[in-house]
Amino acid sequence: MTRIRLDGPMSRRLFLKGSALVGCSLAATPFLTSVTLAAAPWDQRLVVIILRGAMDGLDVVRPVGDPAYAAYRPTLLTGDPALPLTDMFALHPDLGDLMPLWKAGELGFAHAVSTPYRDKRSHFDGQDILEAGTGLDVPEPSVRDGWLNRMLQGVPGMTAETAFAVGRDEMKVLIGPAPHAAWAPDAKLVLSAQSRRLLGKVYEADPLFHAASMEAMDLSDRMMAEAPDKAGGMAGMAAPVADPGGKAQPDKIAAFAADQLKQATRIAAFSINGWDTHNGQRAALKRALATLSNTILTLKADLGPVWKKTTVLAMTEFGRTARENGTGGTDHGTGGVMLMAGGAVRGGKIYGRWPGLDDAALFEQRDLLPTADVRSYAAWAMRGLYGLDSGVLEKTIFPGLDMGADPGLLL
Amino acid sequence: MANDPTIAAIRFGAGLSPVSGAQADAAALMAELAAPDAQIAAFPVMPSTEVWSQALAVKALRRARQQNEPGAVARVKAARAAVAEREVAGLVSFMQRGVAAPIGFRERLQAFWANHFTVVNKTGTYPSGPAAFADEALRPNLTASFATMLRAVVTHPMMLVYLDQVSSVGPKSVFGQRTGKGLNENLGRELMELHTLGVGAPYTQTDVRQLAKLLTGLGFDPKTGFVFRANWAEPGPKTVLGKTYDGPPRLETIYAALDDIAVRPETAHHLCLKLATHFVADTPDADLVQHMTAAYSASGGELGKVYAAMLDHPAAWALPYQKVRLPYDYLVAGLRALGVAPQTLSDLSPHDQRKLILGPLQLMGQPFEKQPEPNGWPEAAQAWVQPQMLAARIQWAMAVPAAVMPDLPDPRDFVRTALADAAGPALVTAAAQAETRRAGVGIILASSDFNRR
Repeated sequence: MTRIRLDGPMSRRLFLKGSALVGCSLAATPFLTSVTLAAAPWDQRLVVIILRGAMDGLDVVRPVGDPAYAAYRPTLLTGDPALPLTDMFALHPDLGDLMPLWKAGELGFAHAVSTPYRDKRSHFDGQDILEAGTGLDVPEPSVRDGWLNRMLQGVPGMTAETAFAVGRDEMKVLIGPAPHAAWAPDAKLVLSAQSRRLLGKVYEADPLFHAASMEAMDLSDRMMAEAPDKAGGMAGMAAPVADPGGKAQPDKIAAFAADQLKQATRIAAFSINGWDTHNGQRAALKRALATLSNTILTLKADLGPVWKKTTVLAMTEFGRTARENGTGGTDHGTGGVMLMAGGAVRGGKIYGRWPGLDDAALFEQRDLLPTADVRSYAAWAMRGLYGLDSGVLEKTIFPGLDMGADPGLLL
Repeated sequence: MANDPTIAAIRFGAGLSPVSGAQADAAALMAELAAPDAQIAAFPVMPSTEVWSQALAVKALRRARQQNEPGAVARVKAARAAVAEREVAGLVSFMQRGVAAPIGFRERLQAFWANHFTVVNKTGTYPSGPAAFADEALRPNLTASFATMLRAVVTHPMMLVYLDQVSSVGPKSVFGQRTGKGLNENLGRELMELHTLGVGAPYTQTDVRQLAKLLTGLGFDPKTGFVFRANWAEPGPKTVLGKTYDGPPRLETIYAALDDIAVRPETAHHLCLKLATHFVADTPDADLVQHMTAAYSASGGELGKVYAAMLDHPAAWALPYQKVRLPYDYLVAGLRALGVAPQTLSDLSPHDQRKLILGPLQLMGQPFEKQPEPNGWPEAAQAWVQPQMLAARIQWAMAVPAAVMPDLPDPRDFVRTALADAAGPALVTAAAQAETRRAGVGIILASSDFNRR
């Protein structure tokens, strides 16, 4: 493993200015072109789950020990009792199936975290910033690659399967110049040799279609060779097309991701949607938490011995208001929770500094005050997993990030 | 290439058709919008009044099931199946309009605005509701002033349900004081961020909050439809974007605020950029957007004038084709190019409608009326040309034409029918070299030439 050092002080402001010009791309940053990271394939697995819609961290990991908390949540706390985690925190009852993981040290959380995004509280800008990993609180139009992709840009020995976006949501966190695969459990492509050849020629003049079709053919071949009976999709007109009316169930996505991670894939990314709980949060969160719980349990079960080498990070664009709103829900906030799971993490712990929930302690007297940049946890995880230098992490992968002290996330 | 008929049909219409015979150009596109709407009469969808009564009927059946009335379980199951079938029928009606339209500019505009004002049946209570919303709030107002469309949107129950306005109560209102219920910011925020000003505009969290207060009172009763409930409305003045709205709670006050927001320069720019991005290029020509914005501002937001300005600008007619057809538009264009009769689609069994239309849309990444979030489907070409989604387009192109047409056309002819002079030389050659008609037609429909617009 070779690491590089970035010498010389570089002010944060200067760096941010520079990064906007070069698009934060490793490839485009001249002094980083010789970066060598731990050569792929590594043995450690990383799963990044984007929780779209802004998960209410204050409901999922409840600060029951904070004296101000209960008064903010008059109806949200009336259901089943939460499950004690520490003196301060208790877990949402709908994540009860994950308690054995917590006890085994395979589940942990970072509380009061956020990206640098503030004030406008737009899901879509919030997600773009989370996935771009940029350091300003507005999206930087020049940054078109995601932070996972920037990490991969400097790694030799990559194949397309090293990093895998699963499902049909656009995973901006993985998009960029470094190769990665994208496929869904129910996708399939069957073509005659002649049609394949002709389509190849037809797509040649259109790089976007050409690249996607080549990858589709390769991946479909591979999936079919591995498990011809499992491959879904439109197998000619004889087979039913798909379950209409919705996306593939996320446990299928987790199972598919696990399948890939047991082979050549080392990084998988996918989304879980449905966290925007403005109204009737108790019912709405139940569905999303069931999916999250099922996803993690599926990963653990299907990864088998590989689970030991696995780190799962589930991140959301921002948290929600400290006070519940007038309709049994919560509105867009700031500080929230990141979930970490896997045999490689040091779980059974809530990471982070608790800012308190007094009105004066809240961000804009409204939201949980973030006390840490959520990117710092992802950065420490990547440093631990892949030996990345903090200079690269703080300047190129997560521009403008101050990683701070090592929280000791990984075993 | 201004006024090129192929570009007009592919970029602004529903695609080329061997049946329509309409010669498309800018004037014809605008004339289609001015002509009476023949498509909605021929291919109706369930109106919202029926959507509400259907929901009430299902609710009553569920109650009967809870009380263990005999036969109730079977009745709920049958009702659910019927509801789902009607939902697919709505999709089929929309596709029939696209297939049958002379050019299809109206259908494209409706789809654009239905995505701009995304509405999803997120609670499962109102199946077929999004289609009714599009036909009632958007379609009659496609060429009206944006303020008119915005008023219709903000008073349509599907939008009020989708963005939680139906439960938002002024905390100091009569009802709020009695029940302790309060505000929900969802519609107030998305109205400024997505529907009008755009996220880059200089509004603040305070504006969001004030607008949320101003919008209280907008309500819905499934028995009667939209209702304004003055006793839910927050009393007192509200200041949104520097302008204060005061007086007793009245719907007119909300309209006044919507009218003001509709003609703000940020709204003009946001909407014109979005239209140009949808129709012309993922990064549209700045002068084109400027030209449209000027037309918007000069006319007080008359949408017909904005489309005319777009079609009037040479950048709107520039080649190459840069956009990728969204899956729904792709299916419509494919069926249209084949000359499939609209009746063929409604004659398909519900099972086949799922297999040939509804399921493929999901596999291509655009499940019908199920946008994951209020910002709607993405525009960028690469969002739709991911391997798993392109695989579904190719599979559809190879399999479905033969399933809906007994006699497939000769690929050497079909390449011209489907694309005219937009077919590249590689595709023309490949069409002639395919092993079978089926493969040839499939390659043409799967080609990047056909997928772009």
